[in-house]
Amino acid sequence: MNENFTYKMKLTDDEVAILHGSKGETMAKIMKTLVLYGDAFGAEKFVSVAGNKGHLVTSFGISVLKPVFDITQELIDAGLKVDETFTVDPRPIDYTNVKCNPLQKLIFNKILYGMQDSYEAQLKKLGIKSEKSFTCACYLDEVGNTPKKGDILSWAESSAVVYANSVIGARCNRNSGIIELFGSILGKVPAFDLVTDEGRKAKWIIEVKTTKIPEAQVLGSAIGMKVMEDVPFVKGLDKWIGTELNDATKAYLKDFGAATASNGAVGLYHIENLTPEAVEMGEDLIVENAKTYVIDDAELERVYKNYPVVWKDKNATPKLCFIGCPHLSFEQLGEWAERIDEECKKQGQKTVQIRTVVTSAPEVLERFKKENKAAYNKFLLRGVNLSYICPLMYMNNPLCGGDTSNVITCSNKLRTYTTARYFTTDDITKIIVKGGI
Amino acid sequence: MSKEFKGRPVVAGKIDKCEAVVSHNGVNTLATFQKTALLHDIPLIGKDYVIGSDQNNPDVYGKNLTGKVLCLPQTIGSTTGGMVIYTVAALKLAPAAMLFSQPIDSLAAAGVILADVWTDNSIVAVDSLGEDFLNAVKDGDKITVKEDGTVIVD
Repeated sequence: MNENFTYKMKLTDDEVAILHGSKGETMAKIMKTLVLYGDAFGAEKFVSVAGNKGHLVTSFGISVLKPVFDITQELIDAGLKVDETFTVDPRPIDYTNVKCNPLQKLIFNKILYGMQDSYEAQLKKLGIKSEKSFTCACYLDEVGNTPKKGDILSWAESSAVVYANSVIGARCNRNSGIIELFGSILGKVPAFDLVTDEGRKAKWIIEVKTTKIPEAQVLGSAIGMKVMEDVPFVKGLDKWIGTELNDATKAYLKDFGAATASNGAVGLYHIENLTPEAVEMGEDLIVENAKTYVIDDAELERVYKNYPVVWKDKNATPKLCFIGCPHLSFEQLGEWAERIDEECKKQGQKTVQIRTVVTSAPEVLERFKKENKAAYNKFLLRGVNLSYICPLMYMNNPLCGGDTSNVITCSNKLRTYTTARYFTTDDITKIIVKGGI
Repeated sequence: MSKEFKGRPVVAGKIDKCEAVVSHNGVNTLATFQKTALLHDIPLIGKDYVIGSDQNNPDVYGKNLTGKVLCLPQTIGSTTGGMVIYTVAALKLAPAAMLFSQPIDSLAAAGVILADVWTDNSIVAVDSLGEDFLNAVKDGDKITVKEDGTVIVD
């Protein structure tokens, strides 16, 4: 197998043997795929992933991805699995907490996610950590897939990769679905780009010159659209969010990073005086002749006002609001409960007037219900649903996310991939309580 | 008058005078392909071709991409991107070729390599064609690609 295959990477004898079929034909195809992948980026060698868990982006048994499930079945049939276990992105359906009408369920069950059960059975065979291990924010403490600084990862999920690289200081490329699974099974990834010292240097300097703390999702969006896949070094943000990586700053950077990754293709950012490598190396992380992007209040306003609205009726009353893409942290859940409760009091409303779903990881929701009952009860009192769902996957159903579904969100990732209309935290809080834009 | 450009073949192959669709901004793979791909199996709604569905990219929005030569700087967006490219290739819905003005990004590379190794429906991919290429090529131009990464725009 692969005897006539030519490549540039320098492989060990064991790796060459795998390429030639020592561990079976399927493993040889995995190796060939990863060698081609490494060659495309000038990788010289493979490096071992650290003793931590994988994370897969594919959580949904969507029928059209049958070719992907054919590959996973081929891996299972070949006896392959991830030794160190893995977590996966959120499930696409939660009928208990995000109720659907019979027609919507029909589309979900029979057409869109008709392979959910069979795919989850595949994930068990491949080594998923547990039945609760479905979240995009796998690095949260409650989930237990938190790498250490310097760990090499084979992850996908853009928001998780950018968080692990930037906030934790782990090393992971923006791998695609399937590739991340291959790397986790092989236990190695090609060393290029964000896995290397050179690839982690910043080609952009971002100067934040706002007069108040920038909305994380809009700041990330602006930077993502400007720098695309390059690494930005952000100056001036520590003035607003501080120099300590605490729960609040981690949550801010989680949402900021998700926007940089989805509105552009950012896999790593450095925040001056805050993120680990920026603290250690400072401006030595910036390449010579780096470009500069200045962000002030007017620039953020320009970005916010220019998001397209693709609703059929742009003046329609919203029907549904999603908060929590990426999934909220424990602390963010508490903050949202307070925020909504206060706005209800301010507007004299008993409950939110627009159906609102707040999403987080299963283990985080469990902890929240146990340890912050006061805030949990505020959600219940104000008529807000809590769910572990992936809003993006939910909106793939044309009856749930079409241009007359009129979904609003404070997630720039959800806005980018769906018909959802974006509003800032303050604006969306007022809208869901008032019942209109 | 035809113009010739030289890039690096990532997945080598030949294309003979195939129609170009040009995006001057990064192509968000998931946003571009998801609507048609996701609806592919739905009776009466599903199509056997991909219509670009990224509301943020007017260069591809509403355009048929199946069997075309997609000319672009890079791909952007969700890390499902490579898997989506692989899937549309396996379903025979993919562009015939993807021609990148810049070095290929990790998600697009994953997609075309997965399609090459794991399906019989390769997508020819050439990168590093330069900004001049993207400035020269227009929607509807006829594109010829040679195995050595030479691209001819007519």
